[in-house]
Amino acid sequence: MSVRTLPLLFLNLGGEMLYILDQRLRAQNIPGDKARKVLNDIISTMFNRKFMEELFKPQELYSKKALRTIYNRLAHASIMRLNQASMDKLYDLMTMAFKYQVLLCPRPKDVLLVTFNHLDAIKGFIQDSPTILQQVDETFRQLTETYGTLSAGEFQLIRQTLLIFFQDLHIRVSIFLKDKVQNSNGRFVLPVSGPVPWGTEVPGLIRMFNNKGEEVKKTEFKHGGNYVSAPKEASFELYGDRVLKLGTNMYSVNRPVETHMSGASKNLTSQTQENIVPNPLAKEELNFLARLMGGMEIKKPSGPEPGFRLNLFTTDEEEEHAALSRPEELSYEIINIQAMQDQQRKEELARIMGEFEITEQPRQSSSKGDDLLAMMDEL
Amino acid sequence: MVAVDSERPKDPGVRQGDLGLRVHWCVLPFRVLLVLTSHRGIQMYESDGSIMVYWHALDSGDTSSVQAVFARGIAASGHFICVGTWTGRVLVFDIPAKGPNIVLSEELAGHQTPVTDIATEPAQGQDSVADMVTADDSGLLCVWRSGSEFTLLTRIPGFGIPCPSVQLWQGIIAAGYGNGQVRLYEATTGTLHVQINAHARAISALDLAPEAGKLLSAAEDTFVHIWKLSRSPESGYIEAALLL
Repeated sequence: MSVRTLPLLFLNLGGEMLYILDQRLRAQNIPGDKARKVLNDIISTMFNRKFMEELFKPQELYSKKALRTIYNRLAHASIMRLNQASMDKLYDLMTMAFKYQVLLCPRPKDVLLVTFNHLDAIKGFIQDSPTILQQVDETFRQLTETYGTLSAGEFQLIRQTLLIFFQDLHIRVSIFLKDKVQNSNGRFVLPVSGPVPWGTEVPGLIRMFNNKGEEVKKTEFKHGGNYVSAPKEASFELYGDRVLKLGTNMYSVNRPVETHMSGASKNLTSQTQENIVPNPLAKEELNFLARLMGGMEIKKPSGPEPGFRLNLFTTDEEEEHAALSRPEELSYEIINIQAMQDQQRKEELARIMGEFEITEQPRQSSSKGDDLLAMMDEL
Repeated sequence: MVAVDSERPKDPGVRQGDLGLRVHWCVLPFRVLLVLTSHRGIQMYESDGSIMVYWHALDSGDTSSVQAVFARGIAASGHFICVGTWTGRVLVFDIPAKGPNIVLSEELAGHQTPVTDIATEPAQGQDSVADMVTADDSGLLCVWRSGSEFTLLTRIPGFGIPCPSVQLWQGIIAAGYGNGQVRLYEATTGTLHVQINAHARAISALDLAPEAGKLLSAAEDTFVHIWKLSRSPESGYIEAALLL
C-alpha cells in the first residue's frame, strides 16, 4: 500500500462534501451570510495547518470508520447541523463521486489534477477571506512538494490503494445514472472514446524496425474504441488550465443531489463487514484522532449566531423515511463501543469519546489541543 | 487455477488488505510450488496448497517508512525461483527436488526502482542465451542468463513509464507499458524491433501461448487484444500482427 494516499483521499472527499453542502445550502434558501459562514468555518477547519502537517506524514490510510468520524466532525465545525440520515447520504455521495473520479483518471498522476480542481473551487468559496486563502495555498504548496516528484509507478500504487479503499462500494447516484456514467447495478461505465492520456498514442499502429533502428514496415489496425489525441498537457502549477473536468463541481441548483438506496442491499457484500471484533490497533487510531480532533471545536448553536439544520433530502419526511429504511449493511457505525467486550478498553474508549463532547469550560486537554484552540481564536 | 483476493483476515493484528499480492505456479524440474507475494514477504506452498514449505520475510531495512514494502514478480528458472522486491533487488531461491530446504542463493542488483514482473523461458540450447527478463517501475528491462550465478547480459532502458508486464518467447521480449504500448525486443541485443500502439490506457497484463506464438494484452481501456508474433523469413526480424 502506498503511504502517501491519505492527503489525496481527505482533500478530495472534503472537496466533494463542500460542493454538496454548497448546493443544499442554496436549495434550502439559507441566507447568504450564514451559508458563507458555514463554508468558511468548514474550510478553515479542514485546512488547519497542524492537521495538514499530520495528514501529509507518510502513513497508511485511516479505516473507513475513522474517516467517517472526521467528516462527521468537519460537517459540524460550524453552526450547521445534520441528522444522521443526511450525514449518511452526504458521505455516500462524497465517496461515490471521488471513486468515480479516481476510476476515470486517464493517467494515475491525474488524481493530482482532480485534487487541484477541488482546491481551485474551494478557493472560489472563500474569496473574501485572505487568511483561509493562504491556508489553502499553503496546502497547494505541500501537495506540489509531496507529489510533484513522484514517479508514474508510485502514482499507480496510489491509484491501486485508493481503488482498494473504494472496493465494493456500488451506491447509485442520481446524477451519475442520469448522465449514464453509472449503470443500474451501481457499476461505473468506462468510456472507450475521447482523448487519450497525455503521453499515450492513439491505438492502431504497429511499427517494425531493423537492427539499425530504421523503420522497415508499418501496419494499421482497427482498435475498437474511438480515441483522439490528447489536446494539451495539463498544468500542475498553482494557477493553470487543468484540462481534466474530473473534480470540478457537477452540482448546481437545478441538478439535485439524490441517491437511490433501493435494491442496493444485494450489491453490498463485503463493504460494511467492518471488523467490530476488539481491535488493538483501533485504539491507537482513535487516540490519534482524539488528539487531532482537539483542534476541531464544535460550536454550540447559541448566542448571536443561531444554528440551523441542513437536510440532504427534499423534505423532512423523506429524511425520516431514509433513516428508517436504510439497509442494515449500509449503516455507518462510527464508533461501536458497545461491541467491545474488553471492559478496560471500553472505559478507555469512552473516556476518549468524552473528550469529543462540547464543553463550556476551558478544555483540560493536552497542550497540543490548547495550542490549536489558541491558534484558531487568533484567526 | 488459483484466485486471490484482498479480503481482510480475521486476525485483528492484520488490518489492511495486502497490496502487491501476486500468485504464481512455479514449474520446476521435479516439483511444482505455489508462490505468493505480499507486503510482508514471500510464501511458498506445495502445489496443492496444503503445506507452506518456505517463508521469507521482507526486510524493510532502514527505509524511513516513506516507501511501500512489497515483493512483486515471480518466475521459475531451472531449479531456481526468482522474486522481485520493492528495492529493485531480485531474490533468487535455490529449490531442492523435494522438501523444505530452500535457500536464498543470490540477490540480483540491476534495478533501482520496484520490480514489476519477471519472465523466463527454458534456455534455447545455446550457452550464452538469455533466459530471464526482469522489469521495473521505471520501464527498465534487465536481461539475464540463469545459473549458479546469474549473469546480467544486457539492459534495455525505460522511458519514464512503468513496465507492469513482460514475457519472453524464443528470444523475443514482449513488454507492456503504462502508456498502452507493447514493445518487442531482441533479447540477445536489446534492440527494439516492434512498437505497437496497442491500448489507450495502461497495460495491466501480458500473457503468451508459447506453442502458437500468440501474445495477449489486457489494459485498463477495457480491451483485450491477441497478437501473432513471428520472424520475417527473409531478415529474421521480429514481426507482429493483430489477430483479435
